[in-house]
Amino acid sequence: MAQVAIQPGLFTAPPQPRLLAGQCDGCRERHFPTADFCPYCSHDAISICEVGATGTLYLHTVVNSAPPGYDGPVPYGFGLVDLPEGLRVVTRLVAPDLAELRSGLPVRLVVEPLYRDDDGNDVLSWAYGPATKARR
Amino acid sequence: MSARAVYVRGVGLHPFGRFDDKDVTRLGQHAVRAGLREAEVGRGGFQAAFCGTVYTGVAAGHKVLTSLGLSGAPIVNVEAGCASGGAALSLGVSQVASGECDTVLVFGMEKMPRGIIRSSFFPPWCEKAGLTPAPAYFALRARRLLQESGVTREHLARVSVKNHGNGVDNPFAMYRKPLTIDQVLASKMVCDPLTLFMLCSPNEGAACVVLGATPGPVGPPVRVLASVVRSHLPGSALGEHTPMAGRIADDPPSPTELAAREAFHKAAVGPADLDVVEVQDTDSGREILSIEELGLCDRADGGAFVADGIGERDGRLPVNPSGGLLSKGEPLGASALGQIVELTWQLRSAADRRQVEGARTALGHTVGRGANASVTILQR
Ligand SMILES: [Zn+2]
Repeated sequence: MAQVAIQPGLFTAPPQPRLLAGQCDGCRERHFPTADFCPYCSHDAISICEVGATGTLYLHTVVNSAPPGYDGPVPYGFGLVDLPEGLRVVTRLVAPDLAELRSGLPVRLVVEPLYRDDDGNDVLSWAYGPATKARR
Repeated sequence: MSARAVYVRGVGLHPFGRFDDKDVTRLGQHAVRAGLREAEVGRGGFQAAFCGTVYTGVAAGHKVLTSLGLSGAPIVNVEAGCASGGAALSLGVSQVASGECDTVLVFGMEKMPRGIIRSSFFPPWCEKAGLTPAPAYFALRARRLLQESGVTREHLARVSVKNHGNGVDNPFAMYRKPLTIDQVLASKMVCDPLTLFMLCSPNEGAACVVLGATPGPVGPPVRVLASVVRSHLPGSALGEHTPMAGRIADDPPSPTELAAREAFHKAAVGPADLDVVEVQDTDSGREILSIEELGLCDRADGGAFVADGIGERDGRLPVNPSGGLLSKGEPLGASALGQIVELTWQLRSAADRRQVEGARTALGHTVGRGANASVTILQR
């Protein structure tokens, strides 16, 4: 069974994944996902950096029914996570019990199969989950 | 700059709701005919037309005016998300203020697709990754209010109760049944903390505002003091431009804050001068955030604004006396102009049971994904 990323260039492979952010060689601001031009100053020299192994949950909610185009499990957590590198990212959230999500929770990046595509591939996406739970 | 005064010469409105037997062109015709009739403007009596719409497709405004007899005037269709009608209005206002036109037809219309609306806004992988549901973004903004503005779940429910209560008296609204706080809190949880009755429904409708360099024949003259559209700055992960990431460090002014500052400056009035407002209430948290961003209360005081009943119909500053989008529903291209119609009626003392007594200065506000915000200030 092959594993494919939901989109190339978003994250590195498990078991110790990182998000791939862009950093502007001009103004030094970081952005995610990486873009051809800096969204802050429109400079076109962008370096790729690995970020977000861990973070802190800022805001969260729970999505109870599948939005259009989404084939993963529901309900699922959704929110904003603050990364030590200064980025605040929009992300899916996973937890053994979604009720344990709360602002300020230390979280850890996971890259896991989200759904199986029409070709039988397991499609990998990223999420953040509680850092205290040992995950493998 | 010696801009001319701009007046609302006439208004027209098609009810907001679901109308399976009418296509969008008919909805637009209804509002346009009503607006032109009230303004006493014939089909050749305007020098430009601006039509706000999002989902209608090619030459939407042209179809409406073709059916009413073309006059050769330029017709421009305007898409700016939830602010489409506000953007059309601002273009019309600048045409009259500059002296380019004496009379401008502005209208907006929409027939929102049924069911869950797939936006072409996000790349497909974002949908597949579950990162696109609009109510989830609304819920994050609402939770921020719970954490940072002293807002409670009861406050969120109270906003919905207020707007549905106002909608009972609005024959142009879709939902005209009163709700209780318990009913709102007990309705289906969509995205915590937002329940189903805290969210507006997409629907259908049309609205028309005829602008002129001189007042119209009906009611006391209503002037457009400012009509402003602003978009976003980079950096805010919760901005209406819905990026996948932003910066922790800063909180740049939102499109609404940018538009409000400019509108108050242009109009030479402040929040304390307002008597009645219609603000974006896609969800009940959005209404409270709009109130904060417009400067109608201090940032982080949104909870107290609701608790003190300031926005109730008998409060110090009634908010959404029309019933807002929560009771009217949201036809994107028409919603901003629907606010202007309601506020014009309020300023003419013609809002029947919804009337805010003695209203003299009014503000309308929309904001949505994209992101654009519109702020309009009217005065009689
Ligand atoms: Zn840059």
